[in-house]
Amino acid sequence: MIPAAFEYSRATSVAEAVDLLRRGGGEAKVLAGGHSLIPLMRLRLAQPTALVDINGVKELDYIRMEEGRVRVGALTRHATVVRSAEVRRHLPLLAEIAGEVGDPQVRSRGTVGGVLAHADSAGDYPTLAVMLDAEIVTDRRRIAARDFFQHLFTTPLAPDELVCEVVFPAAPGPHRYLKFRRRLFDWAIVAAGVQQLDGGWRVGLTNCGPTPVRATAVEAALAQGATPSAASAAAADGLNPSSDLRASSEYRRHLARVLTRRALEQAA
Amino acid sequence: MPHPLTLTVNGTGREDAVEPRLLLVHYLREVCGLTGTHVGCDTSQCGACTVLVDGAPVKSCTMFALQAEGCRITTVEGLAPAGGGLHPLQTAFWEQHGLQCGFCTPGFLMAATALLAENPDPTDEEIGRGLEGNLCRCTGYVNIRRAVRAAAAAMRAGAEPAATAVVGG
Amino acid sequence: MAVSQMIGARIQRREDPRLITGHGRFIEDRTLPGMVHLAVVRSPHPHARIVSIDTAAAGAAPGVLAVLTAKEFHTVLSGTMPVAPAFAPDKKYVPPRFPIAEQEVCFQGEPVAVVVASERALAADAVDLVHVEYEPLPAIVDPEAAMHPGSVKAHTDGPDNIGWDTTFAGGDIEAAFAKAEVRVKERILQQRLAPTSMETRGVLAQYSPFDERLTIWLGSQNPHFIRFFVSMSMGMPESAVRVVAEDVGGGFGGKISPYPEDYLVPAAAKLLGRPVRWIETRTESIQTTTHGRGQVFEAEVAARRDGTLLGLRLTQVLDLGAYHGTFGAFQACAGLMAGGVYRWEAVEARSVGVLTNKVPTDPYRGAGRPEATHVCERMVDRLAQELGMDPAELRRRNFAREFPFTNNFGLVYDSGNYDGTLDRALELADYPALRERQAEARRAGRLVGIGISTWVEICGFGPAAPTAGATGGIALVESAQVRVLPTGSASVFVGTQAQGQGHDTTFAQIVADTLGMPLETIELRHGDTAEGTGFGCGTYGSRSLSVGGMAVQQAAVKVREKARQLAAHLLEADPDDLVFEQGRFAVQGSPATGKSIQEVALAAYGGSLPSGMEHGLEAVSYFDPSNWVWPFGAHVCLVEVDPETGAVRIEQYVGVDDCGTVINPMIVEGQVQGGVAQAIAQALYEEVVYDGESGQLLTGTLLDYLVPTMNEIPDMTLDRTVTPSPVNPLGVKGIGEAGTIAATPAVINAVCDALSPLGIHHVDMPASPDRLWRLMQEARP
Repeated sequence: MIPAAFEYSRATSVAEAVDLLRRGGGEAKVLAGGHSLIPLMRLRLAQPTALVDINGVKELDYIRMEEGRVRVGALTRHATVVRSAEVRRHLPLLAEIAGEVGDPQVRSRGTVGGVLAHADSAGDYPTLAVMLDAEIVTDRRRIAARDFFQHLFTTPLAPDELVCEVVFPAAPGPHRYLKFRRRLFDWAIVAAGVQQLDGGWRVGLTNCGPTPVRATAVEAALAQGATPSAASAAAADGLNPSSDLRASSEYRRHLARVLTRRALEQAA
Repeated sequence: MPHPLTLTVNGTGREDAVEPRLLLVHYLREVCGLTGTHVGCDTSQCGACTVLVDGAPVKSCTMFALQAEGCRITTVEGLAPAGGGLHPLQTAFWEQHGLQCGFCTPGFLMAATALLAENPDPTDEEIGRGLEGNLCRCTGYVNIRRAVRAAAAAMRAGAEPAATAVVGG
Repeated sequence: MAVSQMIGARIQRREDPRLITGHGRFIEDRTLPGMVHLAVVRSPHPHARIVSIDTAAAGAAPGVLAVLTAKEFHTVLSGTMPVAPAFAPDKKYVPPRFPIAEQEVCFQGEPVAVVVASERALAADAVDLVHVEYEPLPAIVDPEAAMHPGSVKAHTDGPDNIGWDTTFAGGDIEAAFAKAEVRVKERILQQRLAPTSMETRGVLAQYSPFDERLTIWLGSQNPHFIRFFVSMSMGMPESAVRVVAEDVGGGFGGKISPYPEDYLVPAAAKLLGRPVRWIETRTESIQTTTHGRGQVFEAEVAARRDGTLLGLRLTQVLDLGAYHGTFGAFQACAGLMAGGVYRWEAVEARSVGVLTNKVPTDPYRGAGRPEATHVCERMVDRLAQELGMDPAELRRRNFAREFPFTNNFGLVYDSGNYDGTLDRALELADYPALRERQAEARRAGRLVGIGISTWVEICGFGPAAPTAGATGGIALVESAQVRVLPTGSASVFVGTQAQGQGHDTTFAQIVADTLGMPLETIELRHGDTAEGTGFGCGTYGSRSLSVGGMAVQQAAVKVREKARQLAAHLLEADPDDLVFEQGRFAVQGSPATGKSIQEVALAAYGGSLPSGMEHGLEAVSYFDPSNWVWPFGAHVCLVEVDPETGAVRIEQYVGVDDCGTVINPMIVEGQVQGGVAQAIAQALYEEVVYDGESGQLLTGTLLDYLVPTMNEIPDMTLDRTVTPSPVNPLGVKGIGEAGTIAATPAVINAVCDALSPLGIHHVDMPASPDRLWRLMQEARP
């Protein structure tokens, strides 16, 4: 299908992008990789009246190591993350996750900032951001990941606000992200991520609720010396994931426990 | 309102004016007349529309033509060497019966081109990962996997594209 | 390679050079000067009354040339869409269907209006501006619920929802069950599937008012039938309508029957006087292209304790959707084939076709035969489990062995060697080693299963007598015309229509052998009703080679025999003294004296023919097979189920099939690979799901309808045995549907075998992880 008509403008700097969004008066949407937006537009489930194309904002396409932090520009493509030697060295879990997003064609175009701003509970980066206490930096402020993902597809971003960067702590230690899905290129039915950081474990779950989940009960149990098996029993505590075609809520809770345990076992 | 668009398609520079909502695949098919790139779905799953944008595999149904400003696009029509003959992947798909109806084939060829550019000697698992964004309904993928293996071997051996193609066994 | 070795040779396909270079000719690739674009306004409701349609805003939108509804279409189209009477003599309610809804919509996606605009995008924009006021009606979604008297009706003015209710009785079923020492019973689902050819449908039509001629280009499996139906509806002579299918991007049954758009697009072209094109989106395709399967079986087997099969009794409830598919009732043949490769004292099969508010079902690759095989092979495995007998041994004990074999319904299996394919499959799989591996895995608490499927199918439709009645008048025979041109190349015209099966190559191989001509001098023409013989029945039901290919062979034989007469005249010899070898007629005993087929061809257009002989070198042949053909085989599958997540992994897949004489082994292997993959897709992944309450389609995109990728389909070990068919001179059968027929029971039997230690006896399709997890939860104490 063909999207509804829209006004198109192209930004080459963050300032210009924000200005164009502002002039769009709340109706303009950001066009980055387009891999969430364009399919919705083709189905006419989204009909923005204006798009601001930020693919020319080269200042947002970078990966930088700085003071124990990995800074990833919002326009960085998944494929760039996968290939980045810096990411592989300092936050290999991010590279691993980037390599599991969609398929090679999606990874060529899709951007880190796009996935974060879209705030789909099946997205993978949001889970990593929440479990590692990452910060999302916009053109005007810094937002802790735990405050950024408010609900399904809902963030505190203003209509004219642009995600510019995500800042992760470096974490070269043991890690694993296990994505359970029917076909290899599908979104996760449930995914579990684990990362050793500062002597403890961080544990996150994807698609187990309207926002990414940090499994603090599992983290706490591990801190008290529980085995992966014992600790992961708490992975679904307090969760009430939705049921859909692929999984009942109960099955999702079960997968959360199984995948958490396996991720911990495989990471160690 | 049409916007100007300047890009290179299969080595030829072009200047056009296009509507913002024109998808790259429709630009290639309807403006450039390159109908080898196909549309098989609405939601970026099937991969029949795969082309190379600056060498990277892209689903051209999930990119507006205007986003290709300044880019080098390669479609299946641009895969074979300019002097004639076939690309080793095309030869291998033909020899290994890697296609039946042929509708998905251009997308597979382009995705496989990108895969082999990055990984000249992929394992079967890596071939699967490299082509996970492409659906085929006829072949069961068995011969596509064989064809990519065969093409990779031929390319590693420095196969020149065949000067002429021969039908016959 | 010598030309006389073409049959059986692995010839690379002649179709491929254009397809691998981006020069295929698919429907969306074709444009015409002045062409305009049609988009369809579809019902969002599964069932509703149309109160009013306001087209004013759409009609005033930029680029819009017309907004057309049933009212306008009634001026150029008449009658109702066809329903073949096949297989359901007791048809009851057949709701009439005009290509576009008028008062009541009965499934989500049913057309209510069309927009024609100068550009495709503008047509799509205007669709949203057509205001249709609906009064929603209750929808019936579940076919079993729809059978009950007093159920919500799929059509408000229908008597009930019963499309047909037919029982096929094959022997004394009560007597067979009375002897039973053991009985097993199971309820087996066949989920709805979407055929999902990678190319969606599309239609382009041009009407010339000056000479009253209509040309339709479309992606179709049988252009002649489309001409037959559309010309009647438009009140035009069949000869004034030309239907052309060029490259078709897959069909799998979804492009057999005529669709509303096949009428609406030509009608719009006539009404507007402009060439009109419509290209289906994938979303429209999943919503409106006919689905397949959609059945529920209740089956019961009676047997002796020694494993001897006695009786099989089953009921098939078939979800018709909102209208009868044109050939939908063909799927009732599942009952006739449910006995499979075995000897039974009696088989009884009841088939009930039930109307619901969903898109109609129609044949999908295998149509009725995969369902038959799945039920039969599941039940045989259930019995083996019940008896504690090896499933291979139970099968062997009951195989039909004497051919021709007459089954319980009087159908005559032409030839077979069921032991041969099973033995070979078990050998290739190393069955004892697999069982050993399974035992070891079980000891370690792993869930490993082995599934066997032994299958037979009826295919090659004709013959004329039974099929003419089934289609409503047209016998499923096939015709071919072979024309040798003066310089010795040949044009071959056929009425079948490939969608990837490689006819351009295999049919040419047959002609090359028969006439001793080089392959590259033989041109195959199909898909254009303006060319060739009077009618063609198209490509489906694994019929193209065994009916169409045989027509080609026979026409080529006629040409060869005329050439022999002419060669004898030129050589001043007796025709009976000529030997034909490698494309040359030579006088027996003096091989130096001879004429090549090319020399004879030139002479056929020359001035020295024998008296009484007409000029030219061409022939037409119609082939009406004396029986169906009956391919068969044995497949073996090894799976492992993750006991925690329910995920199924296929570890090994072996298939040994027998389709008689093979023309091109490469193509045969490709057909099996593709069919097995589609069956794995059914067994583990795909399902069309409608919301049980609202009737809304929930799997409307390829994000939710899970066509597998390469990563989900394993490599396969394939082999063949060759048992020629006595039904045709080449001994060929069919292979296009073998994979989908054979493989779902192989996979599901393996899954059930894996889960049997938990006391699980049956798993429905798709055997998705959530379904298996639920079953395992219920089974575990």
